[in-house]
Amino acid sequence: MPDTQPPAIELRGISKAFGPVQANKDINLSVKRGAIHGIIGENGAGKSTLMSILYGFYKADKGEILISGQITHIPDSQAAIAAGIGMVFQHFKLVQNFTVLENVVLGAEDGALLGPSLSKARKELTALAAEYGLDVDPDALIQDIGVGMQQRVEILKALYRQADILILDEPTGVLTPAEADQLFRILGRLKEEGKTIVLITHKLREIMEITDTVSVMRRGEMTATVETATTSPEALAELMVGRKVLLRVEKKPAKVGALVLEVRDLKVTDDKGVQKLRGISFDIRAGEILGLAGVAGNGQSELLEVLGGYQKAKGTIRMNGEEIDLTGRHSDAQSRRARGIAHVPEDRHREGLILEFQAWENMAFGYHNDPKYQKNALMMDNDAIRADTAEKMARFDVRPPNPLLAAKSFSGGNQQKIVLAREIERNPDLLLIGQPTRGVDIGAIEFIHQQIMRLRDEGKAILLVSVELEEIMSLSDRIAVMFDGQIMGERLPEKTDEKELGLLMAGMAGEAA
Amino acid sequence: MDIMPKWAEVFLVPLISLILAAILSAVVILAIGENPIDAVSIMIKGSVLSVRGWGYTLYYATNFIFTGLCVAVAFHARLFNIGGEGQAALGGLGVALALLFIPWPHWSIALAAATVAAAAFGALWALIPAYLQAARGSHIVITTIMFNFMASGLLNYLLSNSLKPIGQSDPATAKFNAAFDLPTLNGVLTQMGYKAARDDSVNITFLVAIAACFAVWFLLWRTRLGYQIRAFGQSETAAKYAGIKPVRITMIAMMISGGLAGLMAINTVMGEQERLVLNAVEGAGFIGIAVALMGRSHPFGVFLAALLFGFLYQGGAELALWTNIPRELIVVIQALVILFTGALDNMVRMPLERLFLRLRKPEAPPPTAPPPPGPTRPDHTPEGTVKEA
Repeated sequence: MPDTQPPAIELRGISKAFGPVQANKDINLSVKRGAIHGIIGENGAGKSTLMSILYGFYKADKGEILISGQITHIPDSQAAIAAGIGMVFQHFKLVQNFTVLENVVLGAEDGALLGPSLSKARKELTALAAEYGLDVDPDALIQDIGVGMQQRVEILKALYRQADILILDEPTGVLTPAEADQLFRILGRLKEEGKTIVLITHKLREIMEITDTVSVMRRGEMTATVETATTSPEALAELMVGRKVLLRVEKKPAKVGALVLEVRDLKVTDDKGVQKLRGISFDIRAGEILGLAGVAGNGQSELLEVLGGYQKAKGTIRMNGEEIDLTGRHSDAQSRRARGIAHVPEDRHREGLILEFQAWENMAFGYHNDPKYQKNALMMDNDAIRADTAEKMARFDVRPPNPLLAAKSFSGGNQQKIVLAREIERNPDLLLIGQPTRGVDIGAIEFIHQQIMRLRDEGKAILLVSVELEEIMSLSDRIAVMFDGQIMGERLPEKTDEKELGLLMAGMAGEAA
Repeated sequence: MDIMPKWAEVFLVPLISLILAAILSAVVILAIGENPIDAVSIMIKGSVLSVRGWGYTLYYATNFIFTGLCVAVAFHARLFNIGGEGQAALGGLGVALALLFIPWPHWSIALAAATVAAAAFGALWALIPAYLQAARGSHIVITTIMFNFMASGLLNYLLSNSLKPIGQSDPATAKFNAAFDLPTLNGVLTQMGYKAARDDSVNITFLVAIAACFAVWFLLWRTRLGYQIRAFGQSETAAKYAGIKPVRITMIAMMISGGLAGLMAINTVMGEQERLVLNAVEGAGFIGIAVALMGRSHPFGVFLAALLFGFLYQGGAELALWTNIPRELIVVIQALVILFTGALDNMVRMPLERLFLRLRKPEAPPPTAPPPPGPTRPDHTPEGTVKEA
């Protein structure tokens, strides 16, 4: 449609390379004033790089940026703020032991004395809150407020700095569905007030729900920009991946067998004396997937650590009928593996892999005591490990299939496949799997989901922990929801919906299942 | 992926650091009115152009190999052991105790006994800080420094009280049995008919040091324990996930590290002085840090770096002997080399990395890793780094 106003943001021919990697290739983008524009793409497609260029973290090798029709040079974030651009990062940049007010003012103080800045900010914060429905208590400490609130503080920070253009990087990653809805309402208000919003996400549903226009990035290129109303999730997924993708997994009816894992009244208290698990009980049988939903940080990680053998706990766990040692000599990860528990951890960079190690060294990780991997009493059989790795990499379609490549050189999806191959190929009785598709591209998601299903159909018990409700809904045979170290309730996927699960995730008690 | 090819990483960076240190040293020598070219030629002549010079260069290098390996092994477990000085001092005590009181039948058996004692004493001295770090969270840098002082105090006490022969005035033990004298390079050459000047230079411990290099390499890259040490050093969280016990690995790695430092004593105490004197370590424990840094914690790198520092030590001694360059200035020059090769590593590395990036860009050849077949994806680099920014 014809438009006399210049676009809020216009990028012309932006290119950026990191060494041999072309992160952005000749990107053109135009975002209308007062619109919500989505940018969607897989991990590594170049979305964050592009936004970092816009926010002054990186300098583009080529191309120009126009803000409201003016060519603007953005060498650093100060310049971006001056140009009216505000950014809300995926990981909030807030000082935990400062109040909301202090965080808003931080970096935008008027002088050496804080008093005047703070009282000015207090007034402005009240005005902003009224205008956009962004209620927060200015005197609350960040560490005392929830993630949803913290995100509002980030938005307020940007607005306080007079941002006209707001960039949000994966804003719903840490939110419950209800919080996400609230965020979307706020974004709607901001749009009505004439702000321009750029939303970076990999969730198709969000794009469909709130954006006016959407751009798709793939391999550093902007492959398409369309009106959201004229497209569909399937079409967008195809644009992202470059081929047709199955968005839902095929799920045969579960053939549930014997009881594999029994957890009774499990309690964990961390070093600071905070109770992370407050008496959890559940069962998993052979051939079924128990999905554990919940917002990150509600005890799921601790539960996986306890089951994985590297977190002490109180309570009872029985594996195939035998009680597991939770505090004594056999409460370590090696003993758990010996019991037939395999574990794909939530964070493959922190736990699942040694990034500096080569793929074959990672394939032995956790199984380094396996007699098959020893040449004699003294030496490991490196050749045997390499051969085993090559075989597993081929079976799990890891690319490139080179056992000698360092783990850090693989893409997120391929790193995850290495971990999966290592754990699944052990033929465990119980698979613990945390955030199986976090930071993994759509093509690999499909493959990973198929592997989990295959294992279930082979009669293994699976505990799936994920913050992605869609994933939980489509894979699980039963869904348990965690909140604040407790299981709020159990539901069957076909008899529940995201709304009900969302309420449970936010701690609204349902009746125990 | 690595930005620089491996050869640049391993050789170019230290070489440039070394050249920078040399240039700055030359300026210092010029400033006090001496000729840097003469100085260099004296250093070379006195350290590697004569049998005698080699003897001393290798003698010093032997010390630095042990202390360098000590720091390197700890580095692989991400432990900064700067207690090599104290562990080597205790190693000396072990050697003295093993040799003073037992009449070993042959020098080779005495050497074996001294080796075991030196390693055991060094390892035990490292074990206490290791335990405090692993189980109590006391920082190993602090505790190992403190243990250096305690070692020095302990030896001071023992040497001036219990171990000193009655009637002797200097704080040292009696001479060891002359039958325990280790074969030296000069001794061997004399037997072969060459005329050798003095006998107090490189001895058979040098071969023990080379064996230690190989043993450390074997341990780290061929055994399960080494695998666990390296994994723990790379990521403690991942190690826990894999069932590698942090306390155990910390203590074992530190014991190996301390044991290696202790072995240095067989070179100085048994090989050269043939009795235990005060301050037998002569600062080699600290040089070990620079050696490990420059050798990139690889046994072969440690070997080369130790040779270099051996050359600097022997060359420096020659310089003090034949020129007006004061002894203190030689320490300054050695310190410059340590500063550039050890502490200022990134100063050279960063510009070099940028240079390699620029060289590579126009042609854009594949990185060290072969490109994935099918779509090339720039996955792990930009996005992850941005989020951290």
